Amino acid sequence: MEIVMSVLAGLLFMTGVYNLLQKQLLRIVIGTALVSHGAHLTILTMGKLKEGAAPVLTDGVENYTDPLPQALILTSIVISFGVTSLLLVLAYRASKINHTDNMEKLRGNDYE
Amino acid sequence: MILPVLLPFIIAIFIPFLSKWKEKFHTGIVATIVPLIIFIYFASFFAGGFSSVTKSYSWIPSLDMNLVFHLDGLSLLFVLLISGIGTLVGLYSIYYLHTTEKLGHFYVYFLIFMGSMLGVVLSDNVYALYSFWEFTSLSSFLLIGFWNHKHASRYGALKSMLITVFGGLSLLGALVFMHSITGTTSIQQMLGDSEAILNSEFFPLILTLLLLGAFTKSAQFPFHIWLPDAMEAPTPVSAYLHSATMVKAGLYLVARFSPMLSSSEWFFIIVSSFGILTLCWGSYMAVRQTDLKGILAFSTISQLGMIMAMLGFGTKVAVFAAMFHILNHATFKGSLFMVAGIVDHETGTRDIRKLGGLMNYLPMTATLAMFGVFSMAGFPLPFLNGFYSKEMFFLSSLDLSGQGEFASIVASLVPYLAVFGSIFTFVYSMYFFFGTFRGRANLGKLPKKPHEAPVGMLISPAILVLLVVIIGLFPSFINEPFISHAASAVYGGDVSKDIYFWHGFNLPLIMSLTVVAFGTILALTIPRWSTVYNYVPGILSMNKAYDYTVDKSVTFSTKLTRGYMNGSLALYMKLILGAIIIVSFSFFFLTDGFAIDTSQLAPVTTIEIIVAITMAIAALGTIFTNNRIAAILILGVVGYGLAMLFIIYRAPDLALTQLIIETVTVALFLLVFYHLPSLNSRDESRPDQISNWIISIGFGLLVTTVAISSHSSKLFDSISSYFVENSYKLGGGDNIVNVILVDMRGLDTIFEIAVLGIAAMAIYSLIKIKNKKEE
Repeated sequence: MEIVMSVLAGLLFMTGVYNLLQKQLLRIVIGTALVSHGAHLTILTMGKLKEGAAPVLTDGVENYTDPLPQALILTSIVISFGVTSLLLVLAYRASKINHTDNMEKLRGNDYE
Repeated sequence: MILPVLLPFIIAIFIPFLSKWKEKFHTGIVATIVPLIIFIYFASFFAGGFSSVTKSYSWIPSLDMNLVFHLDGLSLLFVLLISGIGTLVGLYSIYYLHTTEKLGHFYVYFLIFMGSMLGVVLSDNVYALYSFWEFTSLSSFLLIGFWNHKHASRYGALKSMLITVFGGLSLLGALVFMHSITGTTSIQQMLGDSEAILNSEFFPLILTLLLLGAFTKSAQFPFHIWLPDAMEAPTPVSAYLHSATMVKAGLYLVARFSPMLSSSEWFFIIVSSFGILTLCWGSYMAVRQTDLKGILAFSTISQLGMIMAMLGFGTKVAVFAAMFHILNHATFKGSLFMVAGIVDHETGTRDIRKLGGLMNYLPMTATLAMFGVFSMAGFPLPFLNGFYSKEMFFLSSLDLSGQGEFASIVASLVPYLAVFGSIFTFVYSMYFFFGTFRGRANLGKLPKKPHEAPVGMLISPAILVLLVVIIGLFPSFINEPFISHAASAVYGGDVSKDIYFWHGFNLPLIMSLTVVAFGTILALTIPRWSTVYNYVPGILSMNKAYDYTVDKSVTFSTKLTRGYMNGSLALYMKLILGAIIIVSFSFFFLTDGFAIDTSQLAPVTTIEIIVAITMAIAALGTIFTNNRIAAILILGVVGYGLAMLFIIYRAPDLALTQLIIETVTVALFLLVFYHLPSLNSRDESRPDQISNWIISIGFGLLVTTVAISSHSSKLFDSISSYFVENSYKLGGGDNIVNVILVDMRGLDTIFEIAVLGIAAMAIYSLIKIKNKKEE
């Protein structure tokens, strides 16, 4: 199953990167969201999958799933939510002020 | 011994504060006292006979980099030169630099240079030597560019920096080679193990790199071009760095390693021929200069060439003469630079075409200059030290026997070239003196009315001239305690030689007399033959090559940078991701890191496959849809799919969080998308599209590969069991993930909350601010 998940994570990265390389802001934001999904899945897969119970201490259970990747992913989910929402609002402002959502036209001015 | 070396650095820290009161208390006074203390300290080593001393201080022991100071005869000669000339130059600079100048800057650089130069000649550790070496280049750069409002200063500073740092890096290469061959960082131990280096297959490379470092620093042809431009520095700097000390660091390096290198035939060929060539070229070009300091710069180049050549000869006489001439050159050239500074200071110009007849106006200066000039010319008089070392130079040039075929050609040419170079040395010496002090005075052309310099300015050159005469009259006074020790350290055996004025009527004396005769004739007829300079440097000029190279590399790098830094973020992303892909995959293949271990895989179930396929289709869908709402919703599908996977893989906390966050995100997307322009179909050009696909597929493959192989190979034990065992004990909670987050990694979580807070504030202000058009 880990191999299937690895391939899926790769696929998420691939589509995410492809979207990142686009010109339109909305596609770029979607790309970052996909990349972070892929990253979470990768971290989870790198630990072992389905080895033991959920990491909540219960009497009589000896074997638990690795809790460390889960803790890392939990942090990451929240952070990537922050990133995505900031990007969205930034995209909204940028397109509102510049009247375009095309990255190729948002290059700063010539004097830089 | 560490204190004298660090003293200049320590004092340099306080200089900026001292320079606040520079009106009342010239900062240069401190810069005079510091080298004086160092001079006295090192001079005390003479008491009760001299033998070499080694002191070691730990610096980075794990890298075998320690501050080891080794004081032998060679180091002592240089140390006393550095501190002695440093004292005199410091004194001179008090009168030369007016208090309106940026004295704080000047003396900081000055002291940094002094300290690092002491470090160069005392370090036994090759990496410490290299560090100090680069520090001297750096402080030279700062001092040449001291008057940084002038274009010529900045040009000269950059030029010296580029050339000497290039040499410094070559030197580092040579040192690293020698370190890895001998396994030691100590110069003395390397010299003890010289067979290993000489027989190494890398020896030609080591020799080339080492000599590149020495030749660039000591301004040997064809790297001499930086020295004339370095004359833009204030005159005390020229006298100190660019004639007496820093340019001799290259000589020091060659001398330091010559016990090892001199047994190589190629060392003799390369060093001798470059030295002789530099001697001839420098003295020939000096006559062409019109700037007083320009003459002295080329003169320094040629004298350095002469010393370099003698180090290349490697015979007893030659090595002795080389050490002797290092000292003599410092005395007479130092005094001449100071004279040139006085002339500049008192008349306002250094252009020899405007000067003349100054003897009546600056009698003291002229007298000092006369001694310096005739010593430099090697005039056979018993009270001029220059004659002695020049005579020994001739003697050593006659005494050569090349072993190989090529070496014997060099050896047979050397005496003729030595005479040729010396004739021109004589000519430029006369040109310098008579052009400035004799002839008709033309006061109308001078910016200032000349009058004699203040006494303070005359003290330093007077002391140096006094040394010229004392060494001339009593050569053995300086010989026994000083030169013999230095020469023995370079030659690797005991070298003692008596210095006499009268050797009898022999070949070296005939050579000297020839030089004087031809030199006088040529000096009197300069205007008749000076047209030769229109033909011979001509296109041979190394300056043109340098300017062309620098100019082209600036243009090229500008073009290159403009080429990829074109403002397109997509291009930047592509370059970065492409680099990651290439580097990571090459690393994979090089280290054979790809491994699939199928033994411990979790079983495949239908429901997971269905979820995975749904997510894959949805992810691909985000690329191909041109509908904003559809794109957002199928992104949601991916997110909810991930939440389901979390449930399957026994991560209840993740699943809960993911569900909430995904819902909020989709809602946020739906709020914002209304304000964004609708999605166009992807309209990238064909090549763009192809490269985008290549990059994204490559990156996806990379992630898959990394995930699989990192799952399959365990390099070390997981630390997770610690959390499982201690969750309840230390955190008092059953939910291990929660305990990790809020307890064991609590600080991390606090920062995470801070990040979210900042993001929230940013979002709030982005929405609230209105630009003028909207209002």
